Amino acid sequence: MPSISAKGVSKIYRRYASRRRFQTLKSAILSGNLLKELRPEETFTALKDVTFDVNDGETLGIIGQNGSGKSTLLKIVAGISKPTTGTIWHRGRLSALIELGAGFHPEITGRENVYINGIMLGLTKKEINQRFDQIVKFAELEDFIDSPVKTYSSGMYMRLGFAVAINVDPEILLIDEVLAVGDAAFIPKCLDKIHEFKRRRKTILFVTHGLDAVELLCDRAMWLKGGELQRLGNPRVVCDAYLSYITGHEEVQMAESQAESQQAAEAAPSSQADEDSRSPKRWGSREIEIYEVKMFDSQKREKYVFQSGEPAIIRLKAWSREPIKDFVFGIGIFNSNGVHCYGSNTNIEKYDPVSFEGEGTIELRLESLDLIEGSYFLDLAAHRRDGHPYDYHRSKLRIRVHSKIKDVGIFRPRHAWSFSPEIRMKPSLPVPPS
Amino acid sequence: MLKNLATLLRYRVLLQTLVSRELKGRYRGSFFGFLWSFFNPLLLMVVYSLVFSYILKQRDPETTPYALFLFCGLLPWTWFSSSILEASNSLMVNAGLIKKILFPAEVLPLVNILANLVHFLLGLPILLIFVLYYQHHLTVYFLCLPIVLLVQLIFTAGLGFLVAALSVHFRDLQNILANLLTLWFFATPIIYPMTFPGVRESTTFKTVLNLNPVTHLMEGYQSTIFYGRMFDVRALGITLLVSLALFLLGYYVFDALRDSYPEEV
Repeated sequence: MPSISAKGVSKIYRRYASRRRFQTLKSAILSGNLLKELRPEETFTALKDVTFDVNDGETLGIIGQNGSGKSTLLKIVAGISKPTTGTIWHRGRLSALIELGAGFHPEITGRENVYINGIMLGLTKKEINQRFDQIVKFAELEDFIDSPVKTYSSGMYMRLGFAVAINVDPEILLIDEVLAVGDAAFIPKCLDKIHEFKRRRKTILFVTHGLDAVELLCDRAMWLKGGELQRLGNPRVVCDAYLSYITGHEEVQMAESQAESQQAAEAAPSSQADEDSRSPKRWGSREIEIYEVKMFDSQKREKYVFQSGEPAIIRLKAWSREPIKDFVFGIGIFNSNGVHCYGSNTNIEKYDPVSFEGEGTIELRLESLDLIEGSYFLDLAAHRRDGHPYDYHRSKLRIRVHSKIKDVGIFRPRHAWSFSPEIRMKPSLPVPPS
Repeated sequence: MLKNLATLLRYRVLLQTLVSRELKGRYRGSFFGFLWSFFNPLLLMVVYSLVFSYILKQRDPETTPYALFLFCGLLPWTWFSSSILEASNSLMVNAGLIKKILFPAEVLPLVNILANLVHFLLGLPILLIFVLYYQHHLTVYFLCLPIVLLVQLIFTAGLGFLVAALSVHFRDLQNILANLLTLWFFATPIIYPMTFPGVRESTTFKTVLNLNPVTHLMEGYQSTIFYGRMFDVRALGITLLVSLALFLLGYYVFDALRDSYPEEV
C-alpha cells in the first residue's frame, strides 16, 4: 500500500523578468492557469513527468545535482506547491523538514515559539503541552527556552526547529538536507531520530548529497537529473550510477581545464617566477622536451578523475633534439596544499640511461592510486643525473581522487580492520550529509 | 472556493496564535510593552486636544468638541489603513512560511487585520475616557457600535485579500496604496462632517463621498459615539452588501492566485 503516490508530475516555472506579467496575472485570475499564455522560452521545467510510489514504512533517498528538482519534488509532495500537471497524493500526517524554525518570531521566547511553530505544523495546544519537555530536552535548550529567539545562535535555532518538527509525530517525514547545519554532536542525534522513525515503520523521503547516508538509511534511492527521474531502485545501484555519471561529468570539465592550463603554460614565459604557488610553470634547457602528458585508466581510457585505489597510468611523450646519453624522467604528486605526497624518478629506481633520440613514450603504471580524497597536481621532469633540468613542468596535470571513506593524511596504505570476538563492531552511522 | 472559505474556520487556532504573536512581538523589548497599545491612542488624543483647543480653534457647533469628533473617525480609519497597508505586504513578509511549510496563505492578511482590530478595540476605552472628560453625552446607541465594526471588518478583509494577492504580482501596488490611502483619508468625512459647508455646496463632492463605502462606516461611528443617535440603517445596509461583494471578490482573486504564491513571493 503506497503512502505517497505521484503520477506524471511536472512542474513548470515562469522564468523571471518576463515582460508579460499582466497577461499572466489576467489569465491566472480568469482561467486559473498561470502558465497558459507563456511561450516555451519563458518557462523553465523543474520536474518532468515524474512517476513513483513510496510504500508504507519505506525510506526513499533522493539524490541528484543542484538544480535537478529534488527540493521542488519535496515541496510538491508536501503540498507546498502544486504540480503543473500530474497528480500527487499522500496518506497520513506529513511533516516536512524543509526549513527549520520557519515562522519563529525573533522577539519572543523560545517557549512561545515552540507553541506557535507547533500549531503551524498542525499540532494542537494539548499535544504541544504533552511534548513540550521532550522538545526542549531534544533541542538541549533547557537554559535558554525563556530567552527571545533572536539571542539564539543559528545552531540553537535549528535544533529547536528540528525538535519541534520531529515531534509532530508524522506518518510521513520529508527531510531536505537540513542536517547539514547541525554540529558534530547534534547530527548523530538527528540520525538516531531518523533511525527510530525507520524502526517505527514511518515513511521517509530524504533529499541529500551524502551518498553514504542513502546507502545506509534508504530502502530505495531515486536519482533526478534535470528534472527527470533517471533511476529508481536499489540504493547501491542508483548511487553507483549517479557517482559514475558525476565522475564522467567532472572528467569532461577536467579535460577542458587541462587543455586550458596547457595553453596557459605555453603562453607564459618560463622566467615568470612565482615560487610559492603551485601555478603551472615550466623551465629547463630543453635538450629533451616533454610535450604531452596524459593519464589513463587500466583500459587506456583517458581519465583525470579516479576512485581511490583504482589503477592509473601516467604517459609522457618526449623528444630529444640530439642523441642524449644522460637523462632521468621523474614525476611528483602534490596535494592542493602543496604537500609533496609522492615522488620518484628513473634514476632513483635504478634505471641507467643508455640513449634517447627522436620521439619516445614513457609510461608509469600505478597499480592502485592509494590517495585520499582531494585534488592533486603532477610535476613531470626530464633532467640530467646531476640535476640539471632539461624540461621541468610544475603542476602540469590536475587530477581528482574520490573516496567513499573520508580518511585523512597524505596517502592511504592498504589496510583492513579486524577485531577479536570480545570487541563487537558493526558498520556505524553514515557520514553526515554534506 | 467555498470549500476553501469554510476551512478558514479550521484555522482559528492558528489565527489566534499568530495574532497574539503579532501583538506580543510588536512591543516586546520596550519598557512599557503592551501598555503602548493604550499609550499610543492616548497620546494622539492629547496632541489633537491641545492643537484644536488652543491652536486651531474650531467654531462649528456640529463638531464640538472637535478632538473627540476627530478621534471617532481617526481610530477606525487607523485600523482600516494600517490593515490594508500591512495586508498588502503580508505575503511577502511571510515568504518563509509560504515557501517552506504547508501554510494557509489566507491566514496572513487576516492576521494583520485582526491584530489592528485589537489595537482599535484597545483604543476604545481611551475614547470613552475622553467622552467622559469632555462631559459629552453618551447614549444607548453606543451599543450599536459592534454592527458598524462588523461591516468594517468584512470590508477590510475583502480589500485586504485583494491587495495581498495582487501585490504579489504587482509590487508597485504597495506604493500606490500608501498614496491612495492618503487621498482616501481626505475623501472620507473624518476631519470634517458631512454637514461641512464645502461638502454641502458641491454636489460632485457629495456624490463622491456617498459612493465611498468608508464614508458610511465613519458616519456610523460618529453617529453612535459622537452624536449619540442611530446610524443611517439604509446607508450602512448597502455598505454591508458592498462589503460582502468585495469580500467574495477579494477572496476569489486570492484563491485564484493561490498556487502562484510559493513561487512569486
